[in-house]
Amino acid sequence: MTVDSTAARKPRRGSSKRAGAKTRAAAPGEPELVQLLTPEGERVEHPDYSIDLTADELRGLYRDMVLTRRFDAEATTLQRQGELGLWASLLGQEAAQIGSGRATRADDYVFPTYREHGVAWCRGVDPTNLLGMFRGVNHGGWDPNENNFHLYTIVIGSQALHATGYAMGVAKDGADSAVIAYFGDGASSQGDVAEAFTFSAVYNAPVVFFCQNNQWAISEPTERQTRVPLYQRAQGYGFPGVRVDGNDVLAVLAVTKAALERARTGQGPMLIEAFTYRMGAHTTSDDPTKYRRDEERERWEAKDPILRLRTYLDREGLADEEFFAALETEADALAKRVRDAVRTMPDPDNMAIFENIYADGHALVDEERAQFAAYQASFAEESN
Amino acid sequence: MAAEKLSVVKAINASLRTALENDPKVLVMGEDVGKLGGVFRVTEGLQKDFGEDRVIDTPLAESGIVGTAIGLALRGYRPVVEIQFDGFVFPAYDQIVTQLAKMHARALGKIKLPVVIRIPYGGAIGAVEHHSESPEALFAHVAGLKVVSPSNASDAYWMLQQAIQSDDPVIYFEPKRRYHDKSELDRSAIPAPLHAARTVRRGTDLTLVAYGPMVKTCLEAAAAAEEEGKSLEVLDLRSMSPVDFDAIQASVERTGRLVVVHEAPVFLGTGAEIAARITERCFYHLEAPVLRVGGYHAPYPPSRLEDEYLPGLDRVLDAVDRALAY
Repeated sequence: MTVDSTAARKPRRGSSKRAGAKTRAAAPGEPELVQLLTPEGERVEHPDYSIDLTADELRGLYRDMVLTRRFDAEATTLQRQGELGLWASLLGQEAAQIGSGRATRADDYVFPTYREHGVAWCRGVDPTNLLGMFRGVNHGGWDPNENNFHLYTIVIGSQALHATGYAMGVAKDGADSAVIAYFGDGASSQGDVAEAFTFSAVYNAPVVFFCQNNQWAISEPTERQTRVPLYQRAQGYGFPGVRVDGNDVLAVLAVTKAALERARTGQGPMLIEAFTYRMGAHTTSDDPTKYRRDEERERWEAKDPILRLRTYLDREGLADEEFFAALETEADALAKRVRDAVRTMPDPDNMAIFENIYADGHALVDEERAQFAAYQASFAEESN
Repeated sequence: MAAEKLSVVKAINASLRTALENDPKVLVMGEDVGKLGGVFRVTEGLQKDFGEDRVIDTPLAESGIVGTAIGLALRGYRPVVEIQFDGFVFPAYDQIVTQLAKMHARALGKIKLPVVIRIPYGGAIGAVEHHSESPEALFAHVAGLKVVSPSNASDAYWMLQQAIQSDDPVIYFEPKRRYHDKSELDRSAIPAPLHAARTVRRGTDLTLVAYGPMVKTCLEAAAAAEEEGKSLEVLDLRSMSPVDFDAIQASVERTGRLVVVHEAPVFLGTGAEIAARITERCFYHLEAPVLRVGGYHAPYPPSRLEDEYLPGLDRVLDAVDRALAY
């Protein structure tokens, strides 16, 4: 399923081939994809991608996914309670985000959409920072350079070009960092994504395009965006594309690590299509019952990313009850911290309207700021 | 260093060269800017001297050019982007308006976007469709952008230096019909602030405000009016965002009359904003309504008609006469 398996091949690390390990062929009617952990929690091997993780690392991935899901659920609740204006849930996409996020290095740079809460978690962005824009106190607000995690981008696909330009800069600097651009199946129709593919290919930029195909762009199924599997788009641009089971955190980690390594070593861009499912609504303003059937969601529930790793950890005896209990306590604490932070998040000062519009200042902004301040002050005088 | 006489094209070229020499982070990028030196030869010789890594021929995709320039700026570079013609900027309009203009504010000031977008603009060159437009108001309307246009070689050089040094995105409109007009450039001079207007002719009866290609037209109109005994002051606005309203106000308070001239359509254009602001600021100094001369609310016409569409000396003088008749 790699378009160019030679170019995409990952340098082997140690003896990852386990004796007697199975490889799994796609069942009829199912898309071919890289998979290392089946929905039933069975570890399988793949000829091009492998991974060898310690029990500690596996528990770490599980913890990331559980905490991210809990944070996400808390945010949805906060929206229902009126504390947030909107929330874009990542429910169901935890493996795609944690697997790829954990594949990045500190010096790599991430360009997210507005749904990459799991990737933000991996990058060390405080979850409460993500909520400011959904509460309406800012339009992003975190320092992108603090964790090499760019601001959320709402206009679909625009950030693919920013990632490509950033990667061109990395290459000019002679650095061995890589850049990863997130977008979805809907964004694959955007011209900016197509242009990013072109630019990255012709300049051989160290960028990985990570497309979470969650099957739905609000109400439109992937068939409304493409007539070919999305990963195959890469071939036309001259770089490899691969489809990975987006609900398999091990496969996503392995494939993304390989793609980033490829970028770092001057082999250019790569497209990863993480085949996953948006279990929830597009956002809290959406009603998926209008356009999709419960049976589809139920089919995907059986492929849940967290459940399958839990099954694997249990079966292999890699985590004990104490671990799971402690994690639940930690998740509760995280949820409480997020809830408290949102409820006490202050509204910005009125004058913030005029702040940071220009780095070097602007006469009109100065004039209007002064007018606004005088207008506001006039009420204070009246009340005195 | 003595002043040298050179064309606007050569002045912009010299300015880009200076910037490339002074700051290793400066990049020049666009369609055909490398080997060819740009369709107007503005970037001639730069790739040869600074290499393909700094003077970059890009794929033919304007959104991609600006979008990757944003990414390069985020990495610490200072891209100077060329859009080949005014009418070709619109595929990049989304990246400019939605991303470039807003990113500094969205990050609460924690990142800067020092991107310059050079756009040859305006008509009177007998070109085909989409090669003669004046879209400056569409950019000036957007908070987060700065919009400037030089009218002569000296300003072309210095204003580009200042635009590149600015930590804000600057849209730099080049008056393409004046590309080969020559004037003096003193590289040892201390330039005026980027967004300050300049009085280019003193007068007492009426103020003409123009920028870019229309400054020369207005100077010619003022010379013709002088023969009829009318004394016109001409202001080169230089910057459409921010606008130096103080300079216009000071002039109008002396002359009492104002005519704003630009090639762009007058409807909701730079002149409309100036008329509103100046009416607010010096209502009691005005002897006549502020008049505007510019393009019509029509698509830019085929080139055989452009002389009728564009403000020329006679249309400027017609407006001057109407203003003086009040």
